[in-house]
Amino acid sequence: MEYEPVIGLEIHAQLLTDAKIFCGCSTKFGGSPNSHTCQICLGMPGVLPVLNRKVVEYTIRMGLATHCRINEECNFARKNYFYPDLPKGYQISQYAYPLAEHGYVDIELETGRKRIGITRIHMEEDAGKLLHDEHNPSSYVDLNRTGVPLIEIVSEPDIRSAEEASDYLRRLHEILVYLEICDGNMEEGSFRCDANVSIRPKGQDAFGTRTELKNMNSFRNVQRALEYEIKRQQYILEGGHEVVQETRLWDDTAGVTHSMRSKEEAHDYRYFPDPDLVTVALSREWVEEILKDQPELPLEKRERFVRDYQIPAYDAGVLTTSRALADYYEEVVRLTGQPKTASNWVMGEILRFLNEEKKDIAACPITPQALADMILLIEAGTISGKIAKEVIEEMYKTGKPAKAIIAEKGLVQITDEAALARVVSEVMAANPNQLSQYRGGKEKLFGYFVGQVMKATQGKANPQLINDLLKKMLAG
Amino acid sequence: MELNQLTIHELQEKMKAGETTSTDIVQSVFRRIDAVEKDVHAYILLTREAALEQAAHADGEIRKGRFQALTGIPIALKDLLCTRGVTTTCASRILHNYVPPYDATVVEKLRAAGAVFTGKTNMDEFAMGSSTETSWFGITRNPWDLERIPGGSSGGSAAAVAADECIAAIGSDTGGSIRQPAALCGVVGMKPTYGRVSRFGLVAFASSLDQIGPFTRDVEDCAILMNVIAGYDPKESTSVPAEVPDYRQYVSRGIDGWTVGIPREYFIEGIDAEVLEAVQRSVKVVEGLGAKCTEISLPHTEYCLAVYYIVAPAEASSNLARYDGVKYGFRSQDGRDLLDMYKKSRSAGFGAEVKRRIMLGTYVLSSGYYDAYYKKASQVRALIKRDFDEAFKSCDVILTPTTPTPAFRVGEKTDDPMQMYLSDIFTISTNLAGIPGIAVPCGFTRGGLPIGVQFLAGHMGEAKLMQIAGAYEKSAHLEKRRPNL
Repeated sequence: MEYEPVIGLEIHAQLLTDAKIFCGCSTKFGGSPNSHTCQICLGMPGVLPVLNRKVVEYTIRMGLATHCRINEECNFARKNYFYPDLPKGYQISQYAYPLAEHGYVDIELETGRKRIGITRIHMEEDAGKLLHDEHNPSSYVDLNRTGVPLIEIVSEPDIRSAEEASDYLRRLHEILVYLEICDGNMEEGSFRCDANVSIRPKGQDAFGTRTELKNMNSFRNVQRALEYEIKRQQYILEGGHEVVQETRLWDDTAGVTHSMRSKEEAHDYRYFPDPDLVTVALSREWVEEILKDQPELPLEKRERFVRDYQIPAYDAGVLTTSRALADYYEEVVRLTGQPKTASNWVMGEILRFLNEEKKDIAACPITPQALADMILLIEAGTISGKIAKEVIEEMYKTGKPAKAIIAEKGLVQITDEAALARVVSEVMAANPNQLSQYRGGKEKLFGYFVGQVMKATQGKANPQLINDLLKKMLAG
Repeated sequence: MELNQLTIHELQEKMKAGETTSTDIVQSVFRRIDAVEKDVHAYILLTREAALEQAAHADGEIRKGRFQALTGIPIALKDLLCTRGVTTTCASRILHNYVPPYDATVVEKLRAAGAVFTGKTNMDEFAMGSSTETSWFGITRNPWDLERIPGGSSGGSAAAVAADECIAAIGSDTGGSIRQPAALCGVVGMKPTYGRVSRFGLVAFASSLDQIGPFTRDVEDCAILMNVIAGYDPKESTSVPAEVPDYRQYVSRGIDGWTVGIPREYFIEGIDAEVLEAVQRSVKVVEGLGAKCTEISLPHTEYCLAVYYIVAPAEASSNLARYDGVKYGFRSQDGRDLLDMYKKSRSAGFGAEVKRRIMLGTYVLSSGYYDAYYKKASQVRALIKRDFDEAFKSCDVILTPTTPTPAFRVGEKTDDPMQMYLSDIFTISTNLAGIPGIAVPCGFTRGGLPIGVQFLAGHMGEAKLMQIAGAYEKSAHLEKRRPNL
């Protein structure tokens, strides 16, 4: 029987606010344990939370970017459970009345565009971390992360394969990073993903029994875990058994999922409205102000690049993977007026250099101005495209402008016709056999002569000029 | 009269006139404490040395001519107000050694106003109780009759003021925990509007009901304390952003032409005859002041107790989850693993009444029961609030008994939670509606036990309460008595 997977994703994204969601402590990652804490995020007796307005703004941004309805009113609820990394014994989250609902994200598949529904986006506080001592039967609690603002983005069960899930995840990641509300770092946990997976016979409407997957800390692991889990469930059903509703942990090393807790062991979180916080009322004016201030999103940018710059969709896709890269590219275009050439250089050389060093465009030693200057030197005929590849490599290494490198290394293109004609004569004189063969009709040897002239000029000869001269002079 | 028996305003006069010093006052208070505390047990902790230092500092200020609202006045704090560097136990074993790293906003304000802190007063564990019998540190006794309870949960604060073991005290009121003990101990006690006094640093019992307020010897002192502790606090989301009027101005204004509502639902069967009589006399006094007393109805009154015992335990079950033995306070040393440590710490750390309410609260919030209990209770709560909104359209204030009976005997109701809960029947609705209330002494039983009348006003109506309570106090001509300890 053919099965169809049904997948919904829950994404937790840490927001890039300076302060925590309910107190003034820093959200910086990696301070010494418990150095970014105060009586409020430590949940000391008697403390009260006060909502950080920036968190609301960022959540509205994400809601707008994913076409959600921004609710005029929302409130916070307490999610009650015991764990040492949760100092109050409850997490302040949103439950019955989230900030944003009923949105979507479009993903690009080989078969075309597909719309994945977003059920809701809500605000909540992060928990701390337990540190276990390998040599001691004790654990330590680090509460620096406690109270760092999170948004949870819950998708509809619209995803039908591990690839779709992976693409949806990338799209959301891209949007969050574009909005500059999340750094998207999966290893540090600022972007986390849980998945609900079930499978059903193709054509059946009713959902199968689902499992919840946790602990997948990279895009690749999300895809691997889903692929594994889909196969596992298929194997169970094909064996005539039933899938058990449970939470399963992905084991990266073994490449399998393990049962963590069954449905019976699931917590009853006893959600209820947090009496310490008031209803959050969002004025239409504020939401509109935020909307006006929204940056262009990846998909819009991609479409604009294809339309305005006439570059292939593939190029547009690569160039818009980050806002900084797109801005870099657009600046080069603005300075050169050559979108396709700019795209070739950015995608070809610049990204290759950066990828080799696993660096970001922000760390690129070649400024858009420097790259544009170089492109303009090619256009002016000062250097050839071939030489330019040598120049740009040197620019990347040294950070020097193209002109300086060209002067230092004497790379200026030879465009002096008389001088080049002399070289052509010398090459002809040095290759009498080839010359007579060529004149005897073996025209393929034309390329050989071009190569010899290039070699004699260390590649600096203007290719068009060589062509013209050779054609004339070889003909005799 | 000894210094420790005077009011704040009387002591301020004396200090200003140079007739006495804060040090003299504080010493007089501690002499009294030394004499009667073994019988009353109003305090969990006495901070004598710090108090004497604060008094010396206050005297220095006074010599420089600097008088603030409470300079040099000895005040006792209920032991659920966080005090930096001084244990704050909530009368619970689970916090028996907890030392807060910060001061509650109210404590900060009192400190800034020059107050001297005598110590931390006894209470029902986590403010859950009506008799101060559930404290891990032992019971407090009623100064008027040591065989009887002082009321609760702020029984220590009420008893300390009544027994002259401080000049005034601060308590908290979640369902009557200031007004009920004030009435049973014969002092003035006010529960302000929800959001009027900052809850920051008040260890939470039921967050949507808790409110801090003063215990004083008279209404004028109540106004003096309210002037200091009321006001908007940006650290509390539910704090009301409104200016604080000078409450003291209202104490002597009179109530000529006012309409005072007498809710028929508060004059029920089972109310003690002497209490009823005293309250009826109060009605006459109020009428004598030029007010018109008229019967009104608060139709949802009968549901108050039920709503309260769903909402308060629900919030408490969540508020008390942080006491898990991990970070501070009591931890059982024989937990086999994490879960076992939690269970043993909480089982041994909390007393029976607290555990009863945590279980009740956990139950009403459970999946499948939430709608039937918590949600329904919240809806009925809105109706109760509406009753008051309606009533205050036609009345300036409402007059009721504070408690159905005078102080009961120690141990009389400890085995019967329902009977205990019923002792708050006239005070709970105020918290559910979020409005202010004040309990004022209105006489004694033939057996010599104090009785209190309660006035309620609409949202942010504290000034009105000062006005009626002040006028009433002046005209009631109550016999001046002090407990015979």
